[in-house]
Amino acid sequence: MEAVKGFINWISDPRWLFLLSVILFFFMFRLRVLWTVKFGIVALIASLAFFGLSMLDKNFRIISTTPDNVPIVGLIFLMAFFTWLSLKQAFDNDDRLRIGQPPKERTERFEKVMVWPDLVYTEFIATVLLGAVLVIWSIVLKAPLEQPSNPTFSPPVMKAPWYFLGLQEMLVYYDPWLAGVVLPGLIIVGLMAIPYIDRNPRGSGYYTFAERKYEIMVFMFGFMILWLLLIVIGTFLRGPNWNFFGPYETWDVAKVTPMVNVNLSEYIWVKILGVGLPNQWFGAKYMGILLRELFGFILVIGYFTALPPVLANRSRLFNGFYKTLGGARYHVMMFLLLAMMTLPIKMILRWTIDLKYIVSIPEWFFNI
Amino acid sequence: MADDATAKNVIPTGSAGAGGKSPEAVKAAAPAATRRSFLASMSWLGLGWVAFTAGTGAALTALGRFMFPNVLFEPPQSFKAGLPNEYSLGVDERWKEKYRVWIIRTEEGFFALSGECTHLGCTPNYFTSEAKFKCPCHGSGFYAAGGKEKIGINFEGPAPRPLERFRIALTDDGQIVVDKSQKFQQEKGEWIDPESFLKI
Ligand code: FES
Repeated sequence: MEAVKGFINWISDPRWLFLLSVILFFFMFRLRVLWTVKFGIVALIASLAFFGLSMLDKNFRIISTTPDNVPIVGLIFLMAFFTWLSLKQAFDNDDRLRIGQPPKERTERFEKVMVWPDLVYTEFIATVLLGAVLVIWSIVLKAPLEQPSNPTFSPPVMKAPWYFLGLQEMLVYYDPWLAGVVLPGLIIVGLMAIPYIDRNPRGSGYYTFAERKYEIMVFMFGFMILWLLLIVIGTFLRGPNWNFFGPYETWDVAKVTPMVNVNLSEYIWVKILGVGLPNQWFGAKYMGILLRELFGFILVIGYFTALPPVLANRSRLFNGFYKTLGGARYHVMMFLLLAMMTLPIKMILRWTIDLKYIVSIPEWFFNI
Repeated sequence: MADDATAKNVIPTGSAGAGGKSPEAVKAAAPAATRRSFLASMSWLGLGWVAFTAGTGAALTALGRFMFPNVLFEPPQSFKAGLPNEYSLGVDERWKEKYRVWIIRTEEGFFALSGECTHLGCTPNYFTSEAKFKCPCHGSGFYAAGGKEKIGINFEGPAPRPLERFRIALTDDGQIVVDKSQKFQQEKGEWIDPESFLKI
């Protein structure tokens, strides 16, 4: 038992968990067997059993029954269920389309019902039920109020509301203006841009995966891995001082995770070239600073400007995108996609080589 | 311009039914709108806009005024921190609660370190055993030992720059005085400023 717990604690380390989730994510679209009723039932029972057994552990019980965290437990199950439900229908339809049948939704009779009373009654009942659930919930699980805010003291466990935990996790890898302003802005702009970028006319009005592979995968990667997974990590696996704790580990305020983060400039100028930071021998004004960050700037600018054309020329996949989308749409899409991918890239760089910032100009409050 | 506006304004009121006719026909069939009625409707519209702008402006002004309250319950920016010999070597937390400042004594003297994380402004906590200031919000860490060049330097987590220091001096009666209105930032090379350090 202890060995199993130890293993789960170890595998829940964000680096492994993240890696594992990404692998699982891309794998799940290939395994047709996942999207069947049989597997759905087995998975539900297995996860409930896992959850129930884990409840025997004191630390697991504490974090998963804290009133703040209960919605996240629900979120995991709901997320899994709706993903399964939609992908099951999608894969069923793909099977039908492959043998030349129309999608399931097309075969249902187009029967009309009245808004009044059918729809309005349904909505009314849903409203009443939801209201009742919320009332009971708010009575049973107390809203966790803490002491009045005090700017001179931050308690060791500092957590944003659950729906912002993804952002808080993102802030670990970024300067506040990027993680707090630019990237959330891009998320909203990017979501609004989807209807203008997406030129794929198929899959309208029915579930399908085969006809909208990349659209579905890109969206789900952003939503499930880069948003929900980060919320789950932030809720269950981040403890005092934003240190990592396994699900069965006691939250010890004094836990030390030794770590020294280094900027790219220091890696290159000090560790590789061995000449010291340019602002020390070139003056700490503009030229020295810009020279120090030269490589970072080249990397960032190259990433955003060189990658889209190179991919359009070299990769068959991206060339296909370029052809169907056209130049302008392709470049907007690539900018958004690359911006999204900066998050996993920065996370991985932080975990593997302790990289802090690629471009770091604290003098001007500019860090990437 | 005026003609255009008239024509557009007229279409909905055109009693002859403007649909399907050429623009000339529409214009011709528009006797319902006289210059007088057009001007009248325009002035109502103008009045509406003026009222809207005035209302919005007033609301924004009130909001702006709200940002500068009459009374502010803030501790003063500068404070006396007692006599130097009341401090022993290391980090002293007695003023943190009130002023968000650590007073640190090293072999050479004193300096005042700000308790505001340079990442997003939480207040780091001091951990004696690990000799570091650790910010709970996103896990930034700052050295809390190692001499006057090292204390306050960010070494882990996302904080992009070291903690700031405040002006520190002695008053005539021999007390330490800390002035938070003047700060010294390491990345700008300001920690060598004599005002940021009190030699004893
Ligand atoms: S506010 Fe201190 S680490 Fe983010």
